[in-house]
Amino acid sequence: MTLLTALLSGLLFGFGLILSGMANPAKVLGFLDLAGPWDPSLVFVMGGAIVVGLFAFFFAYRRTLSLLGGNMQLPKAGKVDRRLVAGSLIFGAGWGIAGICPGPALVAIGMGETKALVFGAAMLAGMLIFELLENGKSVGKWSGTHRR
Amino acid sequence: MLIDWSSFTPWSSLAGGLLIGIAAAILALFNGRIAGISGIIGGLLHLPKSDSGWRALFVVGLVGAPLLYALPFSLPRIKIDADYTSLILAGLMVGLGTRYGSGCTSGHGVCGLSRLSPRSAVATAAFMGAGFVTVYVLRHLIAN
Repeated sequence: MTLLTALLSGLLFGFGLILSGMANPAKVLGFLDLAGPWDPSLVFVMGGAIVVGLFAFFFAYRRTLSLLGGNMQLPKAGKVDRRLVAGSLIFGAGWGIAGICPGPALVAIGMGETKALVFGAAMLAGMLIFELLENGKSVGKWSGTHRR
Repeated sequence: MLIDWSSFTPWSSLAGGLLIGIAAAILALFNGRIAGISGIIGGLLHLPKSDSGWRALFVVGLVGAPLLYALPFSLPRIKIDADYTSLILAGLMVGLGTRYGSGCTSGHGVCGLSRLSPRSAVATAAFMGAGFVTVYVLRHLIAN
């Protein structure tokens, strides 16, 4: 059942990206280009999503089990550290180069865009480099004793 | 600041945003999980493997969404202007950056802000700021 709700969530998320225009990197760049003719649409996308999200997480954080009876695995409050800021800055710079972030990349791959596929492959490579660097910090993580 | 009125789509963007919020709500309430796309993909690459099933199906949903959307509606045309070298560089940076920063536009921007998380607020400010600066440099300083 959790597989079905995950599939439904992914589908609705994708529909939302298409309908909102955010699957189109040119439109996203129109938002990021403050000095050009500016397209504020992304603000409305985030606003709409957050209005629903505020209610959803308000209730989700008051539950000990999910509606399907599984464990809630939502993040707890953490500290702002250099890793968070540096990682987000690198992500933002990459986002600014092509106008593509992970969700729209997957949707554009589904649209059959070759360029999205190239971006997606590079993104996976970047994530794999992270796994290798992080796992390399303590020998043996690959063989099962991993920490998070 | 000059608004690009011909590109601005407040209503469809708001409606799409509501759908994205509903998608995040479903994953939070039914699965107890954050709809953070970089984290969901990253978890598929993480060893040892544990909960790959729901992650894979969420990704299948995202990739499959345009195919289903195209049945009743016509898909909007999308445009990727970046050349292949830029796409590879951008992809590497997005992959590496989202994993080090523990999230992207969905995980921090949508879910994190909805959870009122200070960490996500800082992350969102950082990646948006970096995005604004990068586009400014590429379009207005280098391109001219």
